[in-house]
Amino acid sequence: MSQRNRLDHGGRVDRSRPLRFTFNGVAYQGYAGDTLASALLANGIDVVNRSFKYSRPRGIVAAGAEEPNAIFQLGASEAAQVPNVRATQQALYDGLVATSTNGWPNVERDLMGVVGELGGRFMPPGFYYKTFMAPAAMWPKYEKVIRKAAGLGRSPKERDPDIYDHVNRHCDVLVVGAGPAGLAAALAAGRSGARVILCDEQEEMGGSLLDSREQIDGRPAPEWGAAVLAELAAMPEVLTLSRTTANGCHDHNFVTLHERRTEHLADTAPTFGGRRQVRARLHRVRAARVVLATGTHERPLVYAHNDVPGNMVAGAISTYIRRYAVAPGRRLVLSTTNDHAYRAALDWHGAGREVVAIVDARDNPNGDLVSEARALGIRVITGAAVIETRGKKRVTAALVAPIDPVGFRVRGPVEEISCDTVASSGGYSPVVHLAAHTGARPEWRDDILGFVPGKVRGMIPAGGVNGRMALAEALADGVEAGTRALSEAGFKPGGVMLPQVPRVREGRAVALYQVPHVKPAMRAPKQFVDQQNDVTAAGIELATREGFESIEHVKRYTGMGFGTDQGKLGNINAMAIAARCLKQTIPDTGTTVFRPNYTPITFGAIAGRHCREFFDPRRYTALHAWHVEHGAKFEEVGQWMRPWYYPRGNETMDEAVQRECRAVREGVGILDASTLGKIEIQGKDAREFLGRLYTNPWAKLTVGKCRYGLMCKDDGMVMDDGVTACLGENHFHMTTTTGGAAAVLDWLELWHQTEWPELEVYFNSVTDHWAAMAINGPNARKLLAELTDIDLANERFGFMDWCAGTVAGVPARVFRISFTGELSYEINVQANHAMHVWEALFEKGGKYGLTPYGTETMHVLRAEKGFIIVGQDTDGSVTPEDLGMQWCVGYKKPFSWIGRRALSRPDTKRGDRKQLVGLKPRDPRLVLQEGAQIVLERQIRIPMPMVGHVTSSYFSPTLGHGFALALVKGGSQRIGQTVYLPMPDGKVHEAEVVSPVFYDSKGDRQNV
Amino acid sequence: MLHIYCPHCEEYREEEEFRPKGEAHIARPKAPEETDDAAWGDYLFFRKNPRGVHHEQWLHAAGCRKFFNVTRHTVSYEILETYKVGQQPTARTTDKGGAK
Amino acid sequence: MSDLAIFDVNPAARIKSESPLSMSRATVSTLRLPQGAGVVIRERAFLGHLVLRGRVSDSAFVAGVEETLGLSLPLKAGGLSIGGKDEASIQWVSPDEWLIIVASGREFETETRLRACLAGHFAVMNVSGGQTVLELAGPAVREVLMKCTPYDVHPRNFPVGKGVSAVFAKSNAIIRRVADERWELVVRRSFADYLYRWVLDASEEFGVYVAE
Ligand SMILES: [Zn+2]
Repeated sequence: MSQRNRLDHGGRVDRSRPLRFTFNGVAYQGYAGDTLASALLANGIDVVNRSFKYSRPRGIVAAGAEEPNAIFQLGASEAAQVPNVRATQQALYDGLVATSTNGWPNVERDLMGVVGELGGRFMPPGFYYKTFMAPAAMWPKYEKVIRKAAGLGRSPKERDPDIYDHVNRHCDVLVVGAGPAGLAAALAAGRSGARVILCDEQEEMGGSLLDSREQIDGRPAPEWGAAVLAELAAMPEVLTLSRTTANGCHDHNFVTLHERRTEHLADTAPTFGGRRQVRARLHRVRAARVVLATGTHERPLVYAHNDVPGNMVAGAISTYIRRYAVAPGRRLVLSTTNDHAYRAALDWHGAGREVVAIVDARDNPNGDLVSEARALGIRVITGAAVIETRGKKRVTAALVAPIDPVGFRVRGPVEEISCDTVASSGGYSPVVHLAAHTGARPEWRDDILGFVPGKVRGMIPAGGVNGRMALAEALADGVEAGTRALSEAGFKPGGVMLPQVPRVREGRAVALYQVPHVKPAMRAPKQFVDQQNDVTAAGIELATREGFESIEHVKRYTGMGFGTDQGKLGNINAMAIAARCLKQTIPDTGTTVFRPNYTPITFGAIAGRHCREFFDPRRYTALHAWHVEHGAKFEEVGQWMRPWYYPRGNETMDEAVQRECRAVREGVGILDASTLGKIEIQGKDAREFLGRLYTNPWAKLTVGKCRYGLMCKDDGMVMDDGVTACLGENHFHMTTTTGGAAAVLDWLELWHQTEWPELEVYFNSVTDHWAAMAINGPNARKLLAELTDIDLANERFGFMDWCAGTVAGVPARVFRISFTGELSYEINVQANHAMHVWEALFEKGGKYGLTPYGTETMHVLRAEKGFIIVGQDTDGSVTPEDLGMQWCVGYKKPFSWIGRRALSRPDTKRGDRKQLVGLKPRDPRLVLQEGAQIVLERQIRIPMPMVGHVTSSYFSPTLGHGFALALVKGGSQRIGQTVYLPMPDGKVHEAEVVSPVFYDSKGDRQNV
Repeated sequence: MLHIYCPHCEEYREEEEFRPKGEAHIARPKAPEETDDAAWGDYLFFRKNPRGVHHEQWLHAAGCRKFFNVTRHTVSYEILETYKVGQQPTARTTDKGGAK
Repeated sequence: MSDLAIFDVNPAARIKSESPLSMSRATVSTLRLPQGAGVVIRERAFLGHLVLRGRVSDSAFVAGVEETLGLSLPLKAGGLSIGGKDEASIQWVSPDEWLIIVASGREFETETRLRACLAGHFAVMNVSGGQTVLELAGPAVREVLMKCTPYDVHPRNFPVGKGVSAVFAKSNAIIRRVADERWELVVRRSFADYLYRWVLDASEEFGVYVAE
């Protein structure tokens, strides 16, 4: 077997289940329980990537979400490609295929490496800005090359075969992180019967317990963790979610959890029992209280060539040895500022490998772990640090020197120590990210040399993130946080005994971030702060010298923290370096702001099931099946699917629309008008209310009559229109535009609820209850007469009347209103019965040439009549007067209706406002473009004053020429004038300003 | 994602059920025709937009379809109270610095 | 001259009627038998739906409704009275609005009786053609609902006999819990196809059976 770094015993991997995988095309083997990172380390893979800017070889540094280098492209097939996968968080599965994200053409020999070799001198921070930004026009070209060379991963080119979804959850206590503090908190909360969710981003819950050397309640820490998890699993109101990252914390304790359900099994979700499994799930959690138990990230020290493969954070060494049974090297040097990191050396030693030296920055380390190391005969060098490492693709030696952390200088001779691994620890940074998402600034604590979470309502930090890092303290803090959370959520504490942990005495840590070098920082070999974005200490120093004093500016200038890892390892070091350069403290320099998501999340999980056919609701009328069956092409209007036109045979859209137009003007056509908004209004003040909301008078509309009405906002601008029928003295049926239905109902409610609650009136949407079919054309009466018991004689059922009766045996309200200018009846029946009536009309309609028509024909016909469509011919800046609809304005109504007062504002009375006119193109075959700008001169000059635009434009088969509606400044005074429409292709169209009513201006046809 | 207590449904509901409707307590002048242009313009167009405690009107669109008022801190997004139309808030508007 | 124009919108003779889901087809794989299904879904089509508006301060109004329907008028938010004559139910929608659901074809008669019994400021509006009821039964329904609505459907917050209107997928629905493992969704006609297929899709992983 080739896993040369795999230990013979120990760890939590299953040696009986070997798994095959390939990395950059080479086959390897690991074990069940491995992460991709631990499997690579087991196989002795040192170089896993090339760096972003300098193309330096990079190795695995960490064991968790903070890993900056081992960022891979995953997927065996094109459709399964996933970019930006952190190997440290990817469980190994059989058949896994991974490739390095950076590195072109490959990680071992990289073209960009040559540039990197030439050194940072030629690529200081701001290099791209300074070099490539001018000329600006060239940027797209540079960008392509840079992006390809930098290799930021790629999305799949084929459709994702997997499904994703969202689940909404509510709980009393959400515990984020299942380490010692999180487990203790969840247990405390769970035992009280509260609804608890415990989530953890790792494959296995337990956090630091899993690689702990300590005992809890007399047994090994991992065993204690397993027992707690077993108890939690048995609680019906407790939900535990592993492989689940709390990615975003939003207002009022709304937390999004990203659960990866199958990514540990295969690159696409397997099916179980023939059913598709959800690959990733986004839990949208509303929690009464959140216990933040996210622990800490260890800070590496910043020394020269600290990016050579073989340099790792100390805690990762322990994790790889104790959890994965992988010792990623032979000879270790540990450089530390604190006691806790000694574990790495002890574990290394315990794995039978050589600890060459522990280099401690403190002069007098004296904790229990220090004594343990000394007792094992390990060399401990005090008051010193690793200042540089040697080697290209793997560490070959460490340069160790005595240092003065406060004076930031090397204070003695340098010793070169041969080794292949350097572990470093500069302390522990609480993982404050989630607490910062809603804007709370982390707060610096000198005693722990780290930022702790700022105060967030309803959020209780516990354990390491709260600065309580020692195991005993973390457990106690967890119990306390869990207890507080559940009592704040209204539960009685259930009682949890504080777990007992033998005390480990730890000495105080020393503050050290960047390690001084014998050369000044600007001339020392590169000391990396952010390995993912290739930001060095010298780069940060340069930024401060160039005048960037705010840490936010330093970050943007250098790119610090802008990688997919958000600078989890480097941010605090960067701040410390900036603080040192600016001669101020870290808290004076600022804190860092984090935004969702904590780790990258797949778009699939964000979309959930709201994609493809469910991307947006599609609303259908009761007649939809008929339209489909008869070949209708559909248009989306709001969310409604409306028939657009009904092509026959090989007809083009233009041909179909012209045929449909002629059918209505010459015979009879039928439109499914069901989508129009309908509002039923009941109450003794209904009429008064209508008068206040509509621009025109309603006081005298008698029962049995309909009236067209305009609605304005109180600024006098048209917001909707429609016909309202007086059904009874206290009973009205209002129609609205299709798109405006919901807004108009809200509008009525707004005024009723907030201004005139004394009016006795109720409104309700009946849009879906009534199906509406509009039959239009000279033959409409003859057709309807065959199916109805209503007397259709013009004297008894005139234009703008409505009648109740039956149509095809179905009770109906028939409204004699017209949106085409033709003789027209709109039949309304209860929607369940609509298909019967519609089919009956077609049964009788053949001999009259009954033709279904869609929205396009409707638009042409209404525009010929100069009827506006709100939202197309208006845009929220158009008054009834601008539309020439003074006939629809009740200037003398006693109540100052909504919009009335604004019509006498100086601005709404201006003569040169844009007004609705018709346009007749000089070329009769021309159909002007909707949206085309209108000018007054043919000759183009700059600036060219624009006087309006085309709002609607069609070819009219009835008129035999193209025509348009337009809004033109002072348009009503320009009838007969010529205007021009310059087009992007250089052509200038010419049109005559005419009345917007092109057809049957007296309205004879609808009155017959 | 705010968590908003609807005073009519008498429970907390998710923000996606609601629609914000702008500043609360904008009363329509009782005699519009006697209101001068400046005052009418004020009523139509001018709003406080404070940095701090603000009174807003919201509609419980997916629930009871009732309008109500919310006192919300525009920086912390904390909701101090919700109350029905016609009621008065107990928390006063504050404005520290003003939004630009 | 009548104050209101009320009429029975159902035809006297039997004709072809189509419920809002008459054209909807499942696009996921469904079970052939209800046994073992996590979710059994069924449309309760053609029921009578009436919107009732009125003032709770008007005791005659409250008494009149209760007498007509033989059910208590829920006055508290989320209230749902079930088990009236002819399977009638009344649901609280808003402080002055309720949804009455009665057996198929009984809506006009119910409306007429209500009007005969009530006076003053109230309204009754027939919306039977505009909505339908989807019944979801089975052990996985609660989990399915969690995928659909941000409203908390946990039994501690949603006992039997509660109903709320809430966001449902990208639309709205009234969600009612009529028994331990039986829920109803009242959905608008035009959204019914979208919501029905959404629920089927959400139910697929639990095994879903479509009942007649
Ligand atoms: Zn509400």
